[in-house]
Amino acid sequence: MNAAVATARPASHSVAAPVAATAPALVRIEGLHKVYGAGDTFVHALRGVDLTLREGEFVAVMGSSGSGKSTFMNMLGALDRPTEGRYWFRGVDVGPLGRDERALLRRHYLSFVFQSFNLLPRTTALENVELPLIYRGVRKAARRKRAMEMLAMVGLADRADHTPAQLSGGQQQRVAIARALTADPALILADEPTGNLDSARSAEIMELLVRLQRERGLTIAMVTHEPEMAAYAGRVLWFEDGLVKRDGTPAEVLG
Amino acid sequence: MSGWNTFVMALRAITRHKLRAFLTALGIVIGVGSVITMVHIGQSAKQSVRDQIASLGDNLLMVRPGAGRGPGGARSAASGFDVADAEAIAHQVQGVNVAPTTSTNALAVYGNVNWPTSVTGATNAYFEVRDHAVAEGRLFDESELKAAAPVCLLGPTVKGELFRDGDAVGASVRVGKLACTVIGVLESKQAMMGSDGDDLIVMPLRTVQRRLVGTNDVQMIYVSALEDGTTARVQEDIERLLRERRRIRPGADDDFSVRDMKEIADRVAGTTDVMTALLGAIAAVSLVVGGIGIMNIMLVSVTERTREIGIRMAIGARGREVLMQFLVESVVLSTLGGAIGIALGVGGSFLATEKLALPFVLVPDIVGVAFFFSAAVGVVFGFVPARKASRLDPIEALRHE
Repeated sequence: MNAAVATARPASHSVAAPVAATAPALVRIEGLHKVYGAGDTFVHALRGVDLTLREGEFVAVMGSSGSGKSTFMNMLGALDRPTEGRYWFRGVDVGPLGRDERALLRRHYLSFVFQSFNLLPRTTALENVELPLIYRGVRKAARRKRAMEMLAMVGLADRADHTPAQLSGGQQQRVAIARALTADPALILADEPTGNLDSARSAEIMELLVRLQRERGLTIAMVTHEPEMAAYAGRVLWFEDGLVKRDGTPAEVLG
Repeated sequence: MSGWNTFVMALRAITRHKLRAFLTALGIVIGVGSVITMVHIGQSAKQSVRDQIASLGDNLLMVRPGAGRGPGGARSAASGFDVADAEAIAHQVQGVNVAPTTSTNALAVYGNVNWPTSVTGATNAYFEVRDHAVAEGRLFDESELKAAAPVCLLGPTVKGELFRDGDAVGASVRVGKLACTVIGVLESKQAMMGSDGDDLIVMPLRTVQRRLVGTNDVQMIYVSALEDGTTARVQEDIERLLRERRRIRPGADDDFSVRDMKEIADRVAGTTDVMTALLGAIAAVSLVVGGIGIMNIMLVSVTERTREIGIRMAIGARGREVLMQFLVESVVLSTLGGAIGIALGVGGSFLATEKLALPFVLVPDIVGVAFFFSAAVGVVFGFVPARKASRLDPIEALRHE
């Protein structure tokens, strides 16, 4: 199935499916600026980013710390507002949306996977996975069913009643991915999802993300420091000084 | 998110930290508990006073010679009443039952047992006016009243002291120097402000006047208004009549007093009300202190759960939903505390009234008010922490360690 792209990297792992240039745009960003603070604390974090993410793309976001990639992810996740520039999500202008509207945008279209997993403590895996559906007003029976399906998909159906403290790091991250999937988002934003995991668990998580992208057509934007992780993606964005300096396949960007 | 889900979520959050939740609500438990206890004991004491005074008889007026209080607090000397005064009241004031009485203290002796008690000389009207029922035997008959016959009815205490479980009716008891035949035993009445209402002997008025006291004076005339709500009118009529009969000039003070038992009862009850309000107010302060306790812990909780708030916001919770979550949590905590406080307060005051031999009165109003207030405390003191939570920046909150 992945023979076509297997030649690009050593075939030790699977790679995200390529997306046709004609695929519809999920995100369109033009001239995005973000400025923090004033005076001594003034930071120009983004200095005019332009890019398009297509439906079904798996994008790795890279760059040294302070390059603006985290700020970019916050904009993309509608957690923050740009100082200047335009951001269309499926053709909707996100820029003028208020706090509550951005919350609703996240609720219905965006999901997050974090480096530190960020599951609710003392709460079972099942309840954690259900959480986005509660905010969506899904009834309890349907919620349970859907959450169980998602846990089964990440291979943790038998851990449904375990709390995060009773799960290993890799398992916690899989629960977090299940949680991100329950709401059937248009875009998953993953912030160093393998940052706290050893290489074997990291590979597991990356395989899972790639599988979701290939099989379910999920769009994924993933921040990572590690070229090995970025190699799973179909496209890499390299941030430097608040700008996308390089944009292409992992082979093109990382050499 | 639906209200029910918010509620369930709040319950989950609370059950995750049971001990902390209990300690948080403890202030409210104590506050509500003490309000409930104070008010219930107060109301029970008031009811007890009411009951005692009602047990004296309905619409009772007590007419006594001598002004209530002379200058300097001394009782001024005044001539006593006689039977004619009582008859005048009975005939000239409408809708009354009149019972002239004279009392003295005497030693009652039966066999080798003696018992000091009070002896009241009265007519049969006395039993109606004072609401004394006869447990066994009979009342006086006309000839006994006229002839100053040596017959008597015993109060249950006297009967018990002299006869134990034996039969009293028909026996001969010596009262002072007078040997008299027991014709009946009264039914028990409630204790009256520390004095035993059952510790008495009743004889015909003339028997006491002539054979025990040696005067024809009537010391006290009990008057009961036959119709409810007419005591004030009856009191006025009696005062006017007695001033006329005793030739008191207009403007001069009465040399007798007509006291309305109900008025006394109301005054005592009023004092109890003030005490209740005072104690209730003090207890209410502890409710506020409890509220501050809730605010304190909720603020800590918001800080501690900053990351959780960040996660919820990232998932798509709006500010108002986060606000509601924390507000509902504090309201659930405070009403839970209120409910426990109500249970403890009602239970505690029930036991206390039992111990104090007071009638227990449940005051549903105050229970409702206490519950409402504990919920209100949750809203008021939960609002600041909840608003703080709702205004967090999701990015900052997610980074929080």
